[in-house]
Amino acid sequence: MNALRNFMDKIKPYFEKGGKLEKLHSVYDGFETFLFVPTTTSPKYGSHIHDPVDTKRTMSTVIVALLPALLFGMYNVGYQHYLATGQDVNFWTEFLFGFLAVLPYILVSYIVGLGIEFIGAQIRGEEIQEGFLVTGFLIPLIIPINTPLWMVAIATAFAVIFAKEVFGGTGMNIFNVALVARAFLFFAYPTHMSGDAVWVRTGTALGFGGGSVLDAFSGATPLGQIATASTSIPNITDTFGHSLGFWEGFIGLIPGSVGETSKIAILLGAVILLMTSVASWKTMLSVFLGGAFMGIVFNFFGPDTAAAHFPWYNHLVFGGFAFGAVFMATDPVTSARTEKGKWIYGFLIGCMAIIIRVLNPGYSEGMMLAILLMNIFAPLIDYFVVDSNVKKRLKRAATSTIK
Amino acid sequence: MNKLISDKTKQVLLGPLSKNNPIMVQVLGICSALAVTAKLEPALVMGISVTVIVAFSNVIISLIRNTIPNRIRIIVQLVVVAALVTIVSEILKAFAYDVSVQLSVYVGLIITNCILMGRLEAFAMSNKPWESFLDGLGNGFGYALILIIVSFFRELLGSGTLLGYTIIPSSFYESGYMNNGLMLMPPMALILVACIIWIHRAKNKELQEK
Repeated sequence: MNALRNFMDKIKPYFEKGGKLEKLHSVYDGFETFLFVPTTTSPKYGSHIHDPVDTKRTMSTVIVALLPALLFGMYNVGYQHYLATGQDVNFWTEFLFGFLAVLPYILVSYIVGLGIEFIGAQIRGEEIQEGFLVTGFLIPLIIPINTPLWMVAIATAFAVIFAKEVFGGTGMNIFNVALVARAFLFFAYPTHMSGDAVWVRTGTALGFGGGSVLDAFSGATPLGQIATASTSIPNITDTFGHSLGFWEGFIGLIPGSVGETSKIAILLGAVILLMTSVASWKTMLSVFLGGAFMGIVFNFFGPDTAAAHFPWYNHLVFGGFAFGAVFMATDPVTSARTEKGKWIYGFLIGCMAIIIRVLNPGYSEGMMLAILLMNIFAPLIDYFVVDSNVKKRLKRAATSTIK
Repeated sequence: MNKLISDKTKQVLLGPLSKNNPIMVQVLGICSALAVTAKLEPALVMGISVTVIVAFSNVIISLIRNTIPNRIRIIVQLVVVAALVTIVSEILKAFAYDVSVQLSVYVGLIITNCILMGRLEAFAMSNKPWESFLDGLGNGFGYALILIIVSFFRELLGSGTLLGYTIIPSSFYESGYMNNGLMLMPPMALILVACIIWIHRAKNKELQEK
């Protein structure tokens, strides 16, 4: 990572004010997002605190943290493809297939999103905001690999305009923009966002790969199987009927949205986010606590369905729970900002996600809706935390004056 | 009255279409605008029904405005509106049964449409019958106009049809196009109304709030 940072620092002056390529600053912006490299630091002079953490730096840290999930996701897309078509190929072929399958989504997401940001900035006469860096990266990671590209383009445009620009741009949005894009896809084109046929790419990727699908293949995700289970025994299998346990979910060679499957990759991302203090460990931990709590409650007291009997620790490793907890719930813009509020906010996200999963078979994955719902309540939670603190201090002041 | 439509009455009739639109500017009647606009046909019928009811209730209230005791005026207005709503509802059931089934409770709920009470209180109670009639027509048309615009986009993008006729060619579907299911849900109607308001305010800068 150091070499990359040094390189970026070296070419940075050309694009800064007074540099040779100053006019191309916005182009530099655009290109660095395509190249997924860490971006710039803030100027060395001008503020009292010489810590170079600015929005852009924060965003690029998140991108770096997302890289393991992306790379593993690419590999998994290829792995699932060759597994489904019954071909025995080496690691690099699998990765190349996944790379070619995922790349168009990243390009479409960035071109559409940055295009709108660019036009918006031009209209308002402002600089391009860097907020789309992470959003554009998240969108390809949270959608099924078979989503048509034009749908992704429309969803991205919708999310950027109606979830971000109308609220005033980066830092002002109420909802997590990437999740709004996913919610748009989910409600507008449900047949492409759920079911058994969308999670494994069985066709070609830019003309690469392909082949006939084996008879024994079934592309349902573990959570999809749970939601549609006919018995009340939570029995989950991979695409060829082998049963899955906690560790398979943790390693993540299972069908699912591109970035959500591997908990190892997400854990790596979480470590990066926590070490750089970009994300709050309180939010992250409390989401898992909430999920575990609700999972245990359903395990013991829930209705007699497969989803309620699904062991609580499995709830945490299957589906998008971990991905949402690490990368979505901790979004500093849309989450609660008070320290106590983060605990409440995260805990309720975890609870809501499991409640939706278990009690609503229509939505086999509740994380998206849980986070969007709690996004609305984050300011309210903050308000009450601040308010209770004010009251506590007033009370203390009153008692001390009596003495 | 030397000419049928003076400048003032023209303003009364045409103002609600744009600068004083009940939905775009006064933001009234949103509930039904979200509920009945999934298809163009019910939206059209709803627009016509509201126009008829608001125009004639305006006239009736305007005729008896000087005899209504002030303290019970709301009840009197409601009785008039309820009578007209019932008539319209029965006519729809008799002559356009399919549409009345689609509109379901929303015909009956015209009685609670804020546009009606708003016009009765703000205009009919203090103006002559002819102006009140024009005002009712104008506001009804203004309401219908937005309903038609919203339902046009919702039906076209959500179902690929207009008034039940398929518009989007099947070759589109074959090449991967899909109807947008979100368009059929009320949240999208709200966003479309917001877009219309956005465009309208962008063109009429004097309407923009500070």
